Amino acid sequence: MSGSKMVVQALIDQGVDTVFGYPGGAVLPIYDEIFQQNSIKHFLVRHEQGAVHAAEAYARSTGKPGVVLVTSGPGATNAVTGLTDALMDSIPVVVLTGQVPTFMIGSDAFQEADTVGITRPCTKHNWLVKDTDALAHTLHSAFHVASSGRPGPVLVDIPKDVQFANGTYEGPAKMKSHYQPKLKGDLEAITALVAAMEVAQKPIFYTGGGVINSGPIASQLLRELVAATNFPITSTLMGLGSYPGNGDNWLGMLGMHGLYEANMAMHDCDLMINIGARFDDRITGRLDAFSPGSTKAHIDIDASSINKVIHVDIPILGDVAHVLEDILKVWKARGRKTNSKALKTWWGEIDDWRKIRCLDYATDSKVIKPQYALERLEALTKDHDRYITTEVGQHQMWAAQYMTFNDPNRWMTSGGLGTMGYGVPASIGAQVAHPGSLVINVAGEASWLMNMQEMGTAMQYGLPVKQFILNNERLGMVRQWQELLHGERYSQSWSESLPDFVKLAEAFGAKGILCSDPADLDEAIMEMLAYDGPVIFDCLVEKHENCFPMIPSGKAHNEMLLGDAAIKGAIDASGSVLV
Amino acid sequence: MNALNITKGTSSKSAYNLRSGHADLNERHTLAVLVANEPGVLARVIGLFSGRGYNIESLTVAEVDHQGHTSRITIVTSGTPQIIEQIKAQLGRIIPVYDVHDLTVEGPSVERELSLFKVSGKGEKRVEALRLADVFRANVVDSTLDSFTFEVVGSPEKIDAFAELVRPLGLSEMARTGVAALSRG
Repeated sequence: MSGSKMVVQALIDQGVDTVFGYPGGAVLPIYDEIFQQNSIKHFLVRHEQGAVHAAEAYARSTGKPGVVLVTSGPGATNAVTGLTDALMDSIPVVVLTGQVPTFMIGSDAFQEADTVGITRPCTKHNWLVKDTDALAHTLHSAFHVASSGRPGPVLVDIPKDVQFANGTYEGPAKMKSHYQPKLKGDLEAITALVAAMEVAQKPIFYTGGGVINSGPIASQLLRELVAATNFPITSTLMGLGSYPGNGDNWLGMLGMHGLYEANMAMHDCDLMINIGARFDDRITGRLDAFSPGSTKAHIDIDASSINKVIHVDIPILGDVAHVLEDILKVWKARGRKTNSKALKTWWGEIDDWRKIRCLDYATDSKVIKPQYALERLEALTKDHDRYITTEVGQHQMWAAQYMTFNDPNRWMTSGGLGTMGYGVPASIGAQVAHPGSLVINVAGEASWLMNMQEMGTAMQYGLPVKQFILNNERLGMVRQWQELLHGERYSQSWSESLPDFVKLAEAFGAKGILCSDPADLDEAIMEMLAYDGPVIFDCLVEKHENCFPMIPSGKAHNEMLLGDAAIKGAIDASGSVLV
Repeated sequence: MNALNITKGTSSKSAYNLRSGHADLNERHTLAVLVANEPGVLARVIGLFSGRGYNIESLTVAEVDHQGHTSRITIVTSGTPQIIEQIKAQLGRIIPVYDVHDLTVEGPSVERELSLFKVSGKGEKRVEALRLADVFRANVVDSTLDSFTFEVVGSPEKIDAFAELVRPLGLSEMARTGVAALSRG
């Protein structure tokens, strides 16, 4: 079998039916095979970065690895941002790149790049295949590595002569790998955690993307555990939806733009149970003031995440679903105990924090407040079978704050890397995976422009993605930081010469909607939802709105800013060097 | 109730000050890393150290099991206990890494390094160099009328000591392999 045929066969054997890609000289044999079969549907993107983000969203919304096929040189280098994004957010993506023929490697050939060298630090693992006989095994290994343990992106670089040459194909069953991450947690550590849960006066669950990566069972077990113990629960940006946003014990997102009650509870708790999160700097704030009085437990499948930033007292290495199952088992066997009297007091404290109503904002009858736009979008779409993607910036935080996620795999956003330009291709990936569902990309106008070429992809495949752009004609989050840190000198943070988004939509063949009056907003959103095709919704919002609550850089969880009145001098010299 | 509870400038520590001078003292550790002998594996290990800002004091690598395609990388590194633990965990998650051993904490171990010294000189200095070589059980592996090349094998400290002593006697060049180490017993 030829190498290129093997690629298609391996994809089929791995259960792949969708590939995002862009052809070029070094992958032509594989594209020729794709042309001659019907099992795999190929989606032609407009830029390789878009292919990887689309594959990421496909993966995040289905739980299956996303697959990308691009050419050598610029095809591979354009994929680098997507690979890094997937690495930071632990998303399983398999990227296949063409390479110049083996005998030309190292000669600075046309469209040659040291792809495995360039992508080594931004993949979980990568391979250069120099022998067609090794190709099938490598491809199966790639899927195994991408989706086992802590998921991540992998890359297989396939020289053109290896694609043409004949070799022996082997199926996935023959794949051997020493890479077999441990799934079951240590029972002694689990028992220690359960013992701590039984007596805790102020416990809190702090959950992350690891719950979602562990699969729907993990979310189900988490819900069961929360309901059984009546502990409060908060989540990172990545973990939204693992516990329902309308659930009784939900405190809202935590972190830099998290909810007041979530951050205060993190700061004051006496038992913190981290489930599949990684103490990211957006979460912890000032490290030496991070939840000073608590016993900390950490469930993670990646040993390097444990004790990386925050010292934990009860480390549990394992897969979230497996560990949660054991926690429930042990907890039930020991008599389902909690310190319910103390819990009642704890909930009383939390209810007092809730009374601050940290998401309240000054309403306006003339100008659309971005928070209002998202409240209305939420109200009008919450009963739909809905997937939300975002770009990066203020709108992203507002979406996390004002929209409700009741199920896992419904929320696709660039967390760790913070990639502007993620949302448009991500909405396409999610729509490809869920053709009948409502997919909305909540965007800012500046981020949206970064990968807007993918509207062409949406049109080509009839993907009715809704681009909901909160247009403040600013790089809103940059502007907010300049206001807080740099004496209101708004260096380069205006979006000047913006396109007419309605005409732009029409130029792509999509529908454009402009809305600038709060009174028209509901009707305009309904029009967007009613249209059977891609829509670009240009929502003109208040230009100088800041995103609150906010933990200023260098500050602790109990030092949050709740509104504009508090921002003067909020960040001191040591905080200003932080990102 | 002071909902905001803002205290200004309470600490100069930043959220990113993970390796500040306030942390524990640096320790020197010798790590043995068993890896699949495949292209790029050394680059992955070195890239991890440079990318995350860890120290490499010495590094040796060679295939140790041809049949099993296994190489052994011996790395001498230094850092706070927390950093050393991070280094081991990060090495452990490189896919072609089979095993990571911290020889410094896993019971007693032996460390050996091979070094070559070229000492140029005449007369009494030349004789003194030979005497020192004898004391250090160094082998003469090359000689000319005005130079000796010595081979010294031993712990890094022994090699340091020899270098100090022959420097005034006309040390013109030296080469060291870096440490190879095994646990005892």
